[in-house]
Amino acid sequence: MKNFTLPSEELMGSGHLGCQGCGGALAMRYALKAAGDNTIVVIPACCWTIIAGPFPYTSLKVPVLHTAFETAAVAASGVRAALDIQGNTETTVLAWAGDGGTFDIGLQSLSGAAERNENIIYICYDNEAYMNTGIQRSGATPYLAWTTTTPEKTPKAEPKKDIMAIMIAHRIPYAATATIAHPDDFIRKVQKAKSIYGTKFLHVLAPCPPGWKAPSEWAVKLSRLAVQTRVFPLYEVEDGERYILNEPKEDRALPVSEYLKLQGRFSHLTEKDIQAIQDLIDKRWQRLMRQVRESS
Amino acid sequence: MTPTLTGTKKVVTGNHAVSYGAMLARVQVISAYPITPQTQIVELLSEMCANGTLRAKFIKVESEHSAMAALIGAASAGARAFTATSAHGLALMHEMLHWAAGARLPIVMADVNRAMGPPWSVWTDQNDSLSQRDVGWMQVYCESNQEVLDTVIQAYKVAEKVLMPAMLVLDAFVLSHTAEQIEIPNQTLVDQYLPPYQPVYKLDVNDPRSFGALAPPDVYMELRYKMHQAMEEALTEWAKADEEYYELFGRRYGLIEPYRADDADLILVTSGTVTSTAREVIDELRAEGRRVGLLKIRVLRPFPAQLVREALADAQKVAVIDRNISFGMGGIFAQEIKSALYNTHDRPPIFGFVAGLGGRDITPKVIQEIIEYTESHDEPEDLIWVGVKR
Repeated sequence: MKNFTLPSEELMGSGHLGCQGCGGALAMRYALKAAGDNTIVVIPACCWTIIAGPFPYTSLKVPVLHTAFETAAVAASGVRAALDIQGNTETTVLAWAGDGGTFDIGLQSLSGAAERNENIIYICYDNEAYMNTGIQRSGATPYLAWTTTTPEKTPKAEPKKDIMAIMIAHRIPYAATATIAHPDDFIRKVQKAKSIYGTKFLHVLAPCPPGWKAPSEWAVKLSRLAVQTRVFPLYEVEDGERYILNEPKEDRALPVSEYLKLQGRFSHLTEKDIQAIQDLIDKRWQRLMRQVRESS
Repeated sequence: MTPTLTGTKKVVTGNHAVSYGAMLARVQVISAYPITPQTQIVELLSEMCANGTLRAKFIKVESEHSAMAALIGAASAGARAFTATSAHGLALMHEMLHWAAGARLPIVMADVNRAMGPPWSVWTDQNDSLSQRDVGWMQVYCESNQEVLDTVIQAYKVAEKVLMPAMLVLDAFVLSHTAEQIEIPNQTLVDQYLPPYQPVYKLDVNDPRSFGALAPPDVYMELRYKMHQAMEEALTEWAKADEEYYELFGRRYGLIEPYRADDADLILVTSGTVTSTAREVIDELRAEGRRVGLLKIRVLRPFPAQLVREALADAQKVAVIDRNISFGMGGIFAQEIKSALYNTHDRPPIFGFVAGLGGRDITPKVIQEIIEYTESHDEPEDLIWVGVKR
């Protein structure tokens, strides 16, 4: 991070209702700093339904449309169409959804919007479970993680759904991953998304201290470790084919255990479990490296 | 009053009458998903968008649920929004129908009445629309292709006045695929009748607001009260919109329409295309000197209870034909009418007939049988199945 200045504009108020150390709250703050005040935010059911504040309050200084769980991308498409027909092609329409609303219940309408290449930015802040309803497993919950519906005796048996691969397969003009530990990278990506016509998808890791069973001051630390352990590499994909790796650049990654051991949701793991997760991470990383090589 | 600017006569199907209505209403955002027997509505609208007849954005979504969600986004951002659907498509929209009404968005939709599966059926009955009776949408049941077109335009007028969404309903095939000559009103006159949609509040970066945020118990109930008040107000607004329409175009329909009912001992109650068949039967029986009349229910939500009470006040007997069934209770229009009349003093006995489900024809003979059954029985019955093979 060299000579990076965070945009001073604050479009999110401090009186929001996020939990202490909420990764999703910080993610919104950065996203709006990048998107600017000429932005309309569309929020389906997710933690941000609460964080944004109850009637008559709002924690955002831009217009917000709350909508049903599975409709972020398509409600945003409708807003876009209405603005366009009224001659406003400048305002950014930002769909802002959690992992449940993206990986699971909202995937159909997201796929539809991506297939139509709707001119919207879609950001999924991924806290890896249904956190707003009290930590139930989602398609984004990692392999072997504890949640209230995947108790320790039967932790999640399936690996996390590869949402980036799904979105890239739609050949949308821009897809990228980001974290709150890399605000320069995050903000650059939102600004880049803003400059491109069509459907832009950002997958943002959003640590949830209560759900991940970690101290509230560790959201940024966990985000950084997720990148350093290659659990959540930072990369961009243009037009569904040009892969660009941002982080980590090092040849040797930290072992995944460095990331897992800080979180209570993984406290039941055996050495064998941790190795199985490491193998998954290594395999995914090798595939990503192949994709980066092939497109350069 | 005679119209000053005449329209164009054209032979069109009920489906295309909807499309022309939407075109004349200058809808700005359309979002739809194909379903029989609705599809022709959005096909023609697609052509209109493609050839520039209609300046609108058409979002071709991947489901009806998304169609309504897209319109909720569009209407929240200030656009006049339209869709059409049928049966399972309408059922899939259910969650978003609540959302559109709760958000007070004046979206207009055409529902082509089609029976619900299983077993699969594409033919008409009212169970699809009546399953959405309580979501907060106005519901208007149409009898003819002309009424269909006129109702699209009237629906926007009322919806944008009271800020509640409106659904116009037409029978599958009997109207949707049947062509008849109608008048396509003059656009200048329609523009005069229906000015552009100008919402007081919308998604606007220069006036940022939050729409649909969590409402605690201390405010939620008031918002629901206001929705009900808006529906009450809509009773007056439908009447006004209908009269204003008559002034400009020479046609009006009423919220209900009594037909030869003034001195009738027996009044038949119908909705949709059954009404046209019933008119013929009433005329024949009147020619024989029998005192029978008809009451067409056009607007079901808001329910014009007072008008219905007045229309049925002097009847000795009432026979309601329901092309729908609430399993375990009976016909839904019959329930509505009984409910409206219960607190009046001299209420007539009400016979509830269920007929024509899944598109089975309701012929003049069927209607005559219904009338004869009612005339020959003294004690009213809540549910009489017509022509069912047991």
